[in-house]
Amino acid sequence: MASIWEYANPKKFIATTDKLLPWVSALAVATLVSGLIWGFFFTPEDYKQGSTVKIIYLHVPAALMAINAWMMMLVASLVWIVRRHHVSALAARAAAPIGAMMTMIALITGAIWGQPMWGTWWEWDPRLTSFLILFLFYLGYMALWSAIENDDTAADLTSILCLVGSVFALLSRYAVNFWNQGLHQGASLSMDKEEHVADVFYYPLLVCIAGFILLFVALVFLRTQTEIRARRTRALLARERLGQ
Amino acid sequence: MIALLIRDIRLAVRAGGGFGLGLAFFLIVVALVPFGVGPQSALLAKIAAGILWLGALLACLLSLDRIFALDWEDGSLDLLATAPVPMEAAVSVKAFAHWLTTGLPLVLAAPVFGLLLNLPGPGYGPLVVSLLLGTPALSVIGTFGAALTVGIKRGGLLLSLLVLPLYVPTLIFGAEVARRGAEEMAYHTPLLMLAGITCGAIALLPFASAAVLRVNLR
Repeated sequence: MASIWEYANPKKFIATTDKLLPWVSALAVATLVSGLIWGFFFTPEDYKQGSTVKIIYLHVPAALMAINAWMMMLVASLVWIVRRHHVSALAARAAAPIGAMMTMIALITGAIWGQPMWGTWWEWDPRLTSFLILFLFYLGYMALWSAIENDDTAADLTSILCLVGSVFALLSRYAVNFWNQGLHQGASLSMDKEEHVADVFYYPLLVCIAGFILLFVALVFLRTQTEIRARRTRALLARERLGQ
Repeated sequence: MIALLIRDIRLAVRAGGGFGLGLAFFLIVVALVPFGVGPQSALLAKIAAGILWLGALLACLLSLDRIFALDWEDGSLDLLATAPVPMEAAVSVKAFAHWLTTGLPLVLAAPVFGLLLNLPGPGYGPLVVSLLLGTPALSVIGTFGAALTVGIKRGGLLLSLLVLPLYVPTLIFGAEVARRGAEEMAYHTPLLMLAGITCGAIALLPFASAAVLRVNLR
């Protein structure tokens, strides 16, 4: 039986993702375009929030992916620590800037949404604060990656930082809850709850979330391929220099 | 291990002002705050607890790179790694030495600096207790950050970027205890949370720090 660890082979990974990448990208574009158009033009305006409600189609998926990107980095780091597959470490590295961007999109769209609704761009609300802290974690993670020259050392150190950082990010998430009462509403989506946002907003939102997930997968594939190829190029150059 | 502790303390006290520097920095931060926000004593009384915690945290951060940097440069870190003491123990001892030379003086100085900031009377007890419980966590977390960045030249700024987000929970609960104390509210819950964070950090983080140091020494 084929095992998932086969894809730890960089060659196999590139071959497979090469085949998948066009499909995933096309699907991501299709779902994003249809979801956003559906959301922006074919849903009614909220009776209280007016048209500003439509920013939900960017804000919620971005926030969701900001957290899930970190989760993916955590899993990839664990795989690197346990099984020492280089592709895994490179995938974690590739996901970090995407996650940071998603966090930033969530923060910025949140500010744009918060200004007309709450009357303020920024509030030290638990959710907002923990997202800012998450952004700082992303920055530190990426800075550590780029600060260390040796690839394996960098992979080891960043993966341990990712593990420790996850624990502390989680701690911060609940600590800020304790520290300040929130302005932000509770979770608007969950698997087990009957009540979500109203159905007219809910279905296009689901499409947008699917679009963001696909976009994230496509970008991670692409960036991981780039990392693998960059490393291969460096190895070839080094070999050439030795040969002379 | 005791020899290592004594050596680290001796180095901190004798070599180049690492010992007093943190305290002096703390004093300067406290002295600069009224210049920044104005000398109204009502305002200062309100923010004193938070400022004292923040100042202690920054003073602690300032001295972190000393934990491993010198030992890394002169090679004694390699000797420590090959010594019969497990790396985890060596890291814990170093964190403890850092706390004795940085955290403890800060705790002792905090009430005096509280006078400067017009900290309300009932706030002194909770302030000292929260710092006493919280600064060990700062030292242990900082040791992890220092171990991460030990191999990087001019890693000081990176160290701050890595360590400060990790300090967030400690700061939240510590400052909350001090603030609630100053406002004569019940501060039992955040104090327990702070103690929990410190115990957890002391128990678990040395393993991470030791793993990171081993990678760096490879």
